[in-house]
Amino acid sequence: MADSRVDVRKTYKLYIGGKFPRSESGRSYEVYAAPRGSRTSASRTDPPFLANVAQGSRKDARDAVVAARKAQPGWAGATAYNRGQVLYRVAEVMEGRRDQFVAEVRAAEGLTPARAEAAVSAAIDRWVWYAGWSDKYTQVDGALNPVAGPYFNISASEPTGVVAVLAPQRSSLLGLVSAVAPVIVSGNTAVVLTSQERPIPAITLAEALATSDVPGGVVNIITGRTAEVAPWLASHRDVNAIDLTGAAGVEDLSWGQLEAAAAENVKRVLRPAGDGPAAVEPDFVPVPDLTRLRTFQETKTVWHPKGV
Amino acid sequence: MPTFEYAPAPESRAVLDLASSYGLFINGEFTPSTGGASFKTVSPATEEVLAEVSEASEADVEAAVAAARTAYTRVWSRMSGADRGKYLFRIARILQERAREFAVLESLDNGKPIRESRDVDIPLAAAHFFYHAGWADKLDWAGLGADPQPYGVVGQVIPWNFPLLMLSWKIAPALATGNTVVLKPAETTPLTALLFAEVCQQADLPPGVVNIITGAGATGQALVGHGDVDKVAFTGSTAVGKAIARTIAGTRKKATLELGGKAANIVFDDAPLDQAVEGIVNGIFFNQGHVCCAGSRLLVQESVAEEVQERLKARLSTLRVGDPLDKNTDVGAINSRAQLDKITELAAVGEAEGAQRWSPECELPSKGFWFAPTVFTGVSQTHRIAQEEIFGPVLSVLTFRTPGEAVAKANNTPYGLSAGIWTDKGSRILWMADQLKAGVVWANTFNKFDPTSPFGGYKESGYGREGGRHGLQGYVRTGA
Repeated sequence: MADSRVDVRKTYKLYIGGKFPRSESGRSYEVYAAPRGSRTSASRTDPPFLANVAQGSRKDARDAVVAARKAQPGWAGATAYNRGQVLYRVAEVMEGRRDQFVAEVRAAEGLTPARAEAAVSAAIDRWVWYAGWSDKYTQVDGALNPVAGPYFNISASEPTGVVAVLAPQRSSLLGLVSAVAPVIVSGNTAVVLTSQERPIPAITLAEALATSDVPGGVVNIITGRTAEVAPWLASHRDVNAIDLTGAAGVEDLSWGQLEAAAAENVKRVLRPAGDGPAAVEPDFVPVPDLTRLRTFQETKTVWHPKGV
Repeated sequence: MPTFEYAPAPESRAVLDLASSYGLFINGEFTPSTGGASFKTVSPATEEVLAEVSEASEADVEAAVAAARTAYTRVWSRMSGADRGKYLFRIARILQERAREFAVLESLDNGKPIRESRDVDIPLAAAHFFYHAGWADKLDWAGLGADPQPYGVVGQVIPWNFPLLMLSWKIAPALATGNTVVLKPAETTPLTALLFAEVCQQADLPPGVVNIITGAGATGQALVGHGDVDKVAFTGSTAVGKAIARTIAGTRKKATLELGGKAANIVFDDAPLDQAVEGIVNGIFFNQGHVCCAGSRLLVQESVAEEVQERLKARLSTLRVGDPLDKNTDVGAINSRAQLDKITELAAVGEAEGAQRWSPECELPSKGFWFAPTVFTGVSQTHRIAQEEIFGPVLSVLTFRTPGEAVAKANNTPYGLSAGIWTDKGSRILWMADQLKAGVVWANTFNKFDPTSPFGGYKESGYGREGGRHGLQGYVRTGA
């Protein structure tokens, strides 16, 4: 009888340097499905338990930065054509796991099947969109500068290095992909803190990354408490930039304090959306502009004399 | 070989009409500071007091920001780009017409050789206005994103090393993109900024579009921290840059930071050595080494190290240190006593840590702030003079064997503003340029600047770029 089969339960782990370790802290925390149909609160029941997920620590974050730093020169040194194909390959692998992503996004975000399908489609399409930018953004953002003198003078974009990403809290997959893809497309490597309450699609994304051609260490994924781990990434001296998008909607976390800590080594900071001190999560559905990609770029200008 | 002595060739000060005291430039008028405080600005070459300058209080900062806001809302944001551009073209032309006056005043107040203020600073300042004037009505084509819009009021704080040039780097793009500005020049070099205020009047620039408030650190802090400033643009030390980043953290203020540097100037054994030596000299002794992108660390390939050092010393012996207003002067005065003390201290640390110090024989004037061109050899990575920005005419010489070692040493600092490469091998230049973590890489040249060419750093040398299409990005918001 098929119904009597005991299912194999999964242990959810971190993704660091291409491997799937448990948290060095030995901790895990419980993750629940989002309540369905939250508008009709009268009919709401306790959300079902989904899994125990590794609760990453400061040390895990540091290990992830080491892995990201180690991977960065090689990833940046890959050709743009190659990086584009690797990103596209991620979309291919995700497409193969489509049903799993839909189920997980649905559970994580409490979406209807149709909306979960749409979110996963958009997330896969977003990889494809960024994959296509890999060999174009340097053309769009570069310049041959007409200086007043006999010099060959060009400006070109380069990755800034290791980027910490606070992934959006609500949009567990589309938001995650929208934050990670623009960081790595140019040759940065990333240390990603997932949505605290909705981390499972991120772990499955880690599995997709591990089985695509993304080199280990290019994307490192830490699950856990955002407010606990984010300050260590913000103040880390070997992190070049930080995306604070996921600071929106986290209790006990001030994005202003994270930005202030980031000043210690002049990190490039992408602030969360919103006005004033308010932080809100952006709508990730529309096709983005280049702000996210550009925030994690440096412009290098090279001069050389012209003559015979 | 006979040597020919140079006769003194001092530039005349007659072209200047220097007032004994200056107010603040707020809403198109010179006004006294509300606090009544003032400070003196001196010629660093002679310690002569040049003028009394007002120190802007918090209330003055308030008034300047309010004037900039009103001008933004009522006039500047409503004006067509074409008309904004015409004002910038006017300013560019007036700067060219009054170039000699500006050059003399700049050398007098800053201590830099007239040869540099006349041939570099002032012409480049005019060029920045001319370049940005043309962008004012073409922003939709700049590739910045959909519908670029100004931020509003921009607070700008600039250093003392290129007083008018830094002003133009800041004001020209801000105005071209439709912002209005409140600018604070450095406390030791306020005079060309105040003369620029007269240029704004002469150009009939609407009142409040440009406001200039003089003062020291407290004035700058009040400006940066002001609640109605939408964007901050700062050039100066990394320490102050970090403080500014902390101040605006958690607000919606944008920032561009141009901070310190410790550039490696890398000489390979196949480099054209005479040209390289000229480049080394220009790299570190231009403007007395008061340059954030100065080539302060010479990395020379071991096989030619001795020869390069010999040629360098021979060349340095011909540098003329002295009166900034003399047209024959190569190296002028250190900008202030405080800066001289800093350089003196770090040079002493270099000796104490075991590096060999050398300076050409040169007589320094008895009055004023002077420091002889100095070269340290036998420097290692861990020496403070190889790590810290000295911001003076002090060169540290290190050696390397392989290109990989040169890259590793060059990148081994928290800074990442500029770098130099000297080699005849094109493929090596391109490889090196890729590897170096620096915003500007000069290959077989050094310290070249142009309004069309983006400038700015990696890592702790700051973020954002100034100049070129990229520089506009920091002054507009785009899209949703």
